[in-house]
Amino acid sequence: MKPTTPLISAQHVTVVRDGRSVLKDVSVDIGDRDFLTIIGPNGAGKSMLLKCLMGFFSPEQGTVVPRKDLRIGYVPQRLVADPTIPITVRRFLHLRKKIKAGAFASVISETEIENSLDRPLAVLSGGELQRVLLARALLDEPQLLVLDEPAQNLDITGQLSFYKLLAKVYNERPVSVLMVSHDLHLVMSSTKNVLCLSGEVCCYGEPNSVAQNPAFISLFGEDMAQMLASYQHHGHTHSHSHSHEPTTDVKAHPHA
Amino acid sequence: MLDDFIVRALLAGMGIALIAGPLGCFVVWRRMAYFGDSLAHSALLGIALGLLTGISGNLGTVIVCSAFAVILLWLQHARILATDTLLGIMAHAALSIGMVTLSFIDNQRFDLHSYLFGDILTVQIVDLVWIFGGGVIVLVLLFKYWASLTLMTLHEDLARAEGVKTFWVNLMLVLLMTIVVAVSIRIVGILLITAMLAIPAATARQWVRSPEAMAILAALLGLLAVFGGIYGSAYLDTPTGPSIVTAATLLFAVLFPISAVLKRNNRVR
Repeated sequence: MKPTTPLISAQHVTVVRDGRSVLKDVSVDIGDRDFLTIIGPNGAGKSMLLKCLMGFFSPEQGTVVPRKDLRIGYVPQRLVADPTIPITVRRFLHLRKKIKAGAFASVISETEIENSLDRPLAVLSGGELQRVLLARALLDEPQLLVLDEPAQNLDITGQLSFYKLLAKVYNERPVSVLMVSHDLHLVMSSTKNVLCLSGEVCCYGEPNSVAQNPAFISLFGEDMAQMLASYQHHGHTHSHSHSHEPTTDVKAHPHA
Repeated sequence: MLDDFIVRALLAGMGIALIAGPLGCFVVWRRMAYFGDSLAHSALLGIALGLLTGISGNLGTVIVCSAFAVILLWLQHARILATDTLLGIMAHAALSIGMVTLSFIDNQRFDLHSYLFGDILTVQIVDLVWIFGGGVIVLVLLFKYWASLTLMTLHEDLARAEGVKTFWVNLMLVLLMTIVVAVSIRIVGILLITAMLAIPAATARQWVRSPEAMAILAALLGLLAVFGGIYGSAYLDTPTGPSIVTAATLLFAVLFPISAVLKRNNRVR
């Protein structure tokens, strides 16, 4: 296997639901050590794209090719732990998992959920649950983390600490991150690339270039663009070290 | 010894309790009680067609219930109507068509009451073979897919992302329920099968902290209810299915308040 093969390569993906193209001619590659954040208005097909990339269904047109033996760790938007199901966090983490010796303890301390392990899943707070889901995703030592608006249901403190943890995970592990997020201003310093989606790819690139893109400004407005630009400026020295590896390649096709 | 109808009934009840316990947990967790009820209603059509065509009632039930389940899953997937509306239509359509079909059969031979509420006198050796044969299939498959099913119940997409073929596992769960319905009719009766699935599992819930413990405790509670109900039925000459469900309800009525009190005093669970 050539090391240059993308983790997932999607080419000209079109997904049709109820006679409407939810995704239209989307092409995206996710490479090693990439951190790609997908943004876009509601109904832009962000979750659909994630599910398509994970192979939940085949697109009507186009191809999605994962690298051979790709290990994906998935963190859903939320888990509504039903109290009718008696299960502790520890048992939940072990469901269906073959965990290498030592890996469990290190993931637990990495995600700081030691104190939740023997509590029922149903009593955890939103922030604790998301950390547990992240821990579960990390147990297989995935090459790619896929997160679907992982902080959507958290308060601002919870959002900050979750993204901080995610940044730590990304910096300390040989992992790529693919995330749908509305909280672009919070992930700005971590993300390497931004894909702006509204059915089709409307713009793609490093955060500061996206922030200046007219397509982005027309979707999100001047205020958001300026906020991003200033964030990016602020965090520039940090992001510079890994800003010139063209591991990701997107061809945006303006109109089909 | 197997000639003794009580022994046959107890063995049958035991088999049913052991499979209904674990499967009942999924009925409770996944809110499938109404689905189970509808499936059981469709069983009457299966029995009727089984008798009419001369194949066994058990086989007829499995075939018709499976078809019912597959059609339902397909309609659900197509999102034509809300699931409870679909169930309401299909369950009662199957029940009615079953009754209409039965009216074409010589009524002297057919005791509808025993099919609706169960009758220990009707349990034959061939029924025991069905119960234990079906039971082994159910338990082996449940055991094999236990973790996947539990994970799917918590979050279907999470299971999918981790490689669970959720469509097939869902289908399997539904087909396992058809087996339970088919083999339970003789003892519990069509109208009460859902109770055998839901009541022991619901009673067990407050006393356990793991999914596996809930399955085992539900099976044990089901055993108690079956033994109590069958003895009551034999000695008090009460209908079998209702006696078993009454016993299960008594267990629930006694154990649930105790667990609630314990829980209030000791906020662990």
